[in-house]
Amino acid sequence: MSGTASRDAQPPIVVDSISKTFRVPEERVHTLKEYALHPLRHRRYQTFDVLQDISFHVGRGEFFGIAGRNGSGKSTLLKCLAGIYGVNSGRIWMDGRLSTFIELGVGFNQDLAARDNVILNGIMMGLSPREARRRVDEVLDFAELREFEELKLKNYSSGMHVRLAFSVAIQVDADVLLVDEVLAVGDASFQQKCFDVFYRMRDEGRTIVFVTHDMGSMNRFCNRALLLERGRMVHLGEPHEVADRYLEINFGRSAKASAGADGEGAEGRAGDGEARVLEAWIEDEHGERPASVPQGQRIVLKALVRFNIDVEDPIASMYVLNEDHKAIVVATSAREHERSGRFRAGEEILCSFAFENVLAPGRYNPLFTLAHRGTGLDLMDRVEGAFSFLVTGPEAMGGAVDLPVEVGIGRSDAQLPASVRA
Amino acid sequence: MSTKTNALETIRPRGAPFEGLGRPIKGPGALTHDWRRFWHLTYNIARNEFKLKFFGSVLGYVWQVMNPLLLFGVLYVFFVVISKVGAGGQPDEQFYGVQLLGSIVLFSFFGEATGGAVKSVVDRENLVRKIQFPRLVIPLAMTLLSFFNLAMNLIVVLIFALISGVHPMLSWLELPLILALLIIFSTGLSMLLSAMFVRFRDIKPIWEVISQIIFYGSPVIIPLEKVREKLLTPPHNTQFHQILYHIYMLNPLVTVFQQFRHSMVNHATISAENSLGGWLAMLEPVGIAVAVFALGFWVFNRSAPYVAENL
Repeated sequence: MSGTASRDAQPPIVVDSISKTFRVPEERVHTLKEYALHPLRHRRYQTFDVLQDISFHVGRGEFFGIAGRNGSGKSTLLKCLAGIYGVNSGRIWMDGRLSTFIELGVGFNQDLAARDNVILNGIMMGLSPREARRRVDEVLDFAELREFEELKLKNYSSGMHVRLAFSVAIQVDADVLLVDEVLAVGDASFQQKCFDVFYRMRDEGRTIVFVTHDMGSMNRFCNRALLLERGRMVHLGEPHEVADRYLEINFGRSAKASAGADGEGAEGRAGDGEARVLEAWIEDEHGERPASVPQGQRIVLKALVRFNIDVEDPIASMYVLNEDHKAIVVATSAREHERSGRFRAGEEILCSFAFENVLAPGRYNPLFTLAHRGTGLDLMDRVEGAFSFLVTGPEAMGGAVDLPVEVGIGRSDAQLPASVRA
Repeated sequence: MSTKTNALETIRPRGAPFEGLGRPIKGPGALTHDWRRFWHLTYNIARNEFKLKFFGSVLGYVWQVMNPLLLFGVLYVFFVVISKVGAGGQPDEQFYGVQLLGSIVLFSFFGEATGGAVKSVVDRENLVRKIQFPRLVIPLAMTLLSFFNLAMNLIVVLIFALISGVHPMLSWLELPLILALLIIFSTGLSMLLSAMFVRFRDIKPIWEVISQIIFYGSPVIIPLEKVREKLLTPPHNTQFHQILYHIYMLNPLVTVFQQFRHSMVNHATISAENSLGGWLAMLEPVGIAVAVFALGFWVFNRSAPYVAENL
């Protein structure tokens, strides 16, 4: 999907070196009385450069991520794109109808019933009243709130609120959808629904700008991403690169710095260095270390790790990346071995990830990470490109993995061989 | 197109990479090019407010009519029955009750439109901070909401007038002009007040006081004839009294209420034209109403782009 910008001469969003400054009075004057009594006091302002020199464009049908820490300016940027804030300098071009989902809502009136709110918001976002009324049912159905349509919004739970707001935002037929942290709330099934919609919209050539600090979903869904830090553009490019930089910034460490300290030049090395992957390799069924493995065999990816400090319950994870840098297989000790144990400084341990090789033929790069307990994001070490291996097979079918699939064709269920029946 | 750099320093922005993009977006403002949307929004916000106000309570719309009627009842008892204002048997005092109710209904519109507008933008923080829409629809919706109420209250006034024995007159056709002046003045203040309230939160109590002063400073209870009697007839007709009278007459609501009494209820009451001293003098209150409207719009339009940030 990337590179759509070149197909369409005019991208729906073009941002040309915008800057945004907030002026906050040092002493906020809230009343006319104070203003009249102290006419000079309100002159002093503190200025915050929330956004500086931001330039990018988003192509039609692109799924564009904006990442950054709290206070990095990502929500402000989204509000500038949405036209809620004016910019101090620079220009923004926005082509097509816009729909926004900002600060977990679209601006509901708490005292009105869901139905009225949906209609009003539809009109706010540019639908005609008739069109807005026609779509109410679709919106309520999508939000799965049909039975509560006459309930006042103040009686809604926060999850219902967000579901309704998101449903409004996606049902207005917008060409550009600006979404802020939609995945922070909502249960798993609704999140899945959201992404189904995102995919559908993207396939329809609509454009989605997506603000998040969940690197996992950004990696999975975005074509390109932008990383902001203190209002400046730090990285613009592939989501996985942005995700790496985000983690570096978040934990205050630089991949290059730590890699350099160890005298290793491995690309993509990150983490605080409190654990080190000394060696990583692949083993086949016979315990050997082949450079290529045939499909269908059991393979084991192993990493030898040394701890430089005392650690408790570290998390070891493994990603098998394909040539497009997409994670095909991901495994982590956090799921089943949350309490992985206590290790002393200087101890060496072995992390092992064994699985049936169902990978499609091609070259693969394993990536190992060791993290402190918790989110799994506070990395001790991360090694990518320690080695790669080739998977060989009879033919590439086109899938990312080749699972054994029973195939049968018949006129009815009864005609099919037993092996392909449910 | 993506900049594939792993450099640690921030990325330098490039110039606009595309040609022929048309106009960049302008950011938030008071108005929009899409006037249909502007109207739809105003109407629907007003309609929802109307619904909120009446469909939640048992008696619903009855309250809206009851409000001015109750005020009318109280004032009528105190001023007409007890103080004998408007009960002197002069020709201009005929149908005093209808005159009083009419003025109360008109003032209710003024009070509701301006009083309701003061907090309107701040109360809709939720909308303002999340959706781009022409900000002016908010105070205008409050005016429109008050206008719905006015329209219904005027029907009550009409019924009351007919029962009291007021005959339909050709001069009733002046009603749209009278209302237009009232609406222009009220809308101007609505825009001004709602924009100022974003910065100065004491506008609300201040406006409540001023609104009360305007209530007593217009011919709602005290007929204009009584004011003229006190200020213009000997021995009170000094220059000081004349200046006082002039100031009193500057209030556009005086013109509105008095012309309503004159052409809607009782031709024996003095017309706005005569009370001002000629058609040309009408330019004064009308000019003030228009000037307030222009000022209100100017202030609102200037503050609209920053409302979302300053809330």
